[in-house]
Amino acid sequence: MSSDPTSTVTDDSDDPRTSFRVDTTPRGLSAAFSEYVIRVRRGDPGGLPAVLGLVVIGVLFSVTTPLFHTANNIGNLMSQASFIALIALGLVFVLLLGDIDLSAGAAGGVAAGFAAQALRSGDLHQAVGSAVYIGLIVAMAAAAGLAVWKRLYPAAVLVVVGIVLIVTGADENHVWLAFAVACAIGIAIGTFNGVLVTAIGIPSFIVTLALFLTWEGVTLDAVQSQSIGTSRYGPWFAMTHKNMSPAQGWIFFGVLVLGYAAVTITRQRRRASQGVSYDRHALVALRISVLAVGGALIVIWFNRNRNPNPGFVIQGVPWAASVPIALMVVFSILLARTSWGRHLYAIGGNSEAASRAGIPVERVRISAFILCSTLAAIGGLFLADFSGGAQPALGQGNTLLYAVAAAVIGGTSLFGGRGKPRDALLGAVVIAMIPNGIQLHPGLPISVVQEITGLVLLVAASVDAITRRRAGAS
Amino acid sequence: MSDPSETPVLRVEGLNKSFGAVHVLHDVDFAVYPGQVTALVGDNGAGKSTLVKCIAGINTIDTGRMYWDGKPVTISSPAVASSLGIEFVYQDLALADNLDITQNMFLGREMRRGPFLSDGEMETKARETLRSLAVRTINSVRQPVASLSGGQRQTVAIARAVLWNGRVVFLDEPTAALGVAQTRQVLDLVRRLADNGIGVVLISHNMNDVLEVADRIAVLYLGRRAAEVKRADTSLEQVVELITTGRSGEIGLAPATAAQSA
Repeated sequence: MSSDPTSTVTDDSDDPRTSFRVDTTPRGLSAAFSEYVIRVRRGDPGGLPAVLGLVVIGVLFSVTTPLFHTANNIGNLMSQASFIALIALGLVFVLLLGDIDLSAGAAGGVAAGFAAQALRSGDLHQAVGSAVYIGLIVAMAAAAGLAVWKRLYPAAVLVVVGIVLIVTGADENHVWLAFAVACAIGIAIGTFNGVLVTAIGIPSFIVTLALFLTWEGVTLDAVQSQSIGTSRYGPWFAMTHKNMSPAQGWIFFGVLVLGYAAVTITRQRRRASQGVSYDRHALVALRISVLAVGGALIVIWFNRNRNPNPGFVIQGVPWAASVPIALMVVFSILLARTSWGRHLYAIGGNSEAASRAGIPVERVRISAFILCSTLAAIGGLFLADFSGGAQPALGQGNTLLYAVAAAVIGGTSLFGGRGKPRDALLGAVVIAMIPNGIQLHPGLPISVVQEITGLVLLVAASVDAITRRRAGAS
Repeated sequence: MSDPSETPVLRVEGLNKSFGAVHVLHDVDFAVYPGQVTALVGDNGAGKSTLVKCIAGINTIDTGRMYWDGKPVTISSPAVASSLGIEFVYQDLALADNLDITQNMFLGREMRRGPFLSDGEMETKARETLRSLAVRTINSVRQPVASLSGGQRQTVAIARAVLWNGRVVFLDEPTAALGVAQTRQVLDLVRRLADNGIGVVLISHNMNDVLEVADRIAVLYLGRRAAEVKRADTSLEQVVELITTGRSGEIGLAPATAAQSA
């Protein structure tokens, strides 16, 4: 462990540079810290600006109103941030490519709209009319065909499952099957976006702008121009209104912390045995304990009763927080630890290089659009619940812009190649905090919300652009 | 140093290639020897790029034969070329700035354990490869490529070709964008590649570089191979004359052919 097993004693092994000592020396706390400082200086601040923004805005609101940092309000904040976080999570994939999906919000509206209509009516065909119903099935079948053509078989299978659920009417009686249909619609939409961008070569900005308009219309067709409430459907109403039980919260916490610990320690052991630089015990312990202590404090805090009024008890980690966190963990692993993730970064960094390296650039790009729209569909479900029902204008207005802003504020670059799923959640909390805090100040007009959000996004985009220039200049 | 009886690892004979009515390559012969640097020179439009693309499998050939280790082969696609062990380092290097050195060297051919990447193994192999080339200019295989100088980038691109067991490595203008010190580093690296037994093809307009590191110099003149000379037997004046007129004294194209081509 201490010596480098690969040094087959060459003439140069004494040269500190040729021996790649950094690559074989275990990394302690100070080395990790100085590496981090170098990275920030070089122009890769990661989540730092978002965390700073979070702290500054949080402190500002906490100081100016006693209502902000109450547990009840923070619980609400999670609901307000959830759908932004989910849509932003999907956008990260597309932004990593250097593309954009302006249709994500509206796509979520379509997906949630059809799911709500199926549940409400118990007969989707009759409720939306033959034209819309057949149109939906034909469009999904076409998307499945395109997915087969591009050899994205899992996507094709899932869309076909969605078609079967719609045709059999299974989604009309089971909330979870209606969710599955929403996801299938998201996959279908993502397939259209991806194929139009890659195979036909239309810029993603235009494809998704055009489809943004189309989906606005389709949402109207789906809900038949009326709002469909979600409070009757247990799991749906739970999304932004219910919490995990205290026990569930601890189980969730335990799975996350133990999972992280297992992965980190296995990685340390394996790297040590391979003779490459690994993190020392102190660093590993610090990482795990920060997550464990921080997470435990949050769970304890959420598990207290936070209902300011007597009567019933509100306690537990909101589902609006745990679902986005769980998805973030899954997608972080996918991006950081699989070939697919690495290929996505490579395409965002230099798509020509990726293509010459034999990476199936087109398929990877389409898969990113599919993930984006699928997460947008899930985000649409949360948004529908948060807005009191699937509205005719669901997912329109500022939804998409807030989600893009969240990803960028979190540290995902608009220029492609840099970003993490974590950014979406960090940024979403920052974005959601602004209206939340401002509404607690009765003196401030509501117009301030958009004014300030816009300025925060501008600052984030400036940080992104400057970061990129610095990284290129060094 | 160069054993004349040594057989070329890659040999091209009588290669012809036309694009429509334009006959770009006329009966070109070309050979690459293991452990030697073969410079491929010629003026703009002489057909260097077309020849390279034919060998890379990017362009199909009209007529002609190719031999790998003396056995006839047909290189119908880039995949065939790389499966034989021919690697190309193009001028733009094709590196992703946002990835680190190891990630770039393994791009598209990542090592995995089950579904997950095995970064440790890849780092070890990347380090071994750089070390085998006695690279002194790189500290860590985990450095992002964005932070590298032009010479270091060239080094990474060349190391990538070596990592994939390239037995023949084509280098397209490797020093074109580099300063004096970095050019030095890259030329040393080119020499070491050959010393490791790799057949190196150096495509360059810089005659100083060519005369310094090449063992053989193949000159293309208007789509014909004007001459293939050994470095030891030639001079700057002769190479320049071959490039500009297609002949020099006794060697080169026959006067009639040279004139007809022009």
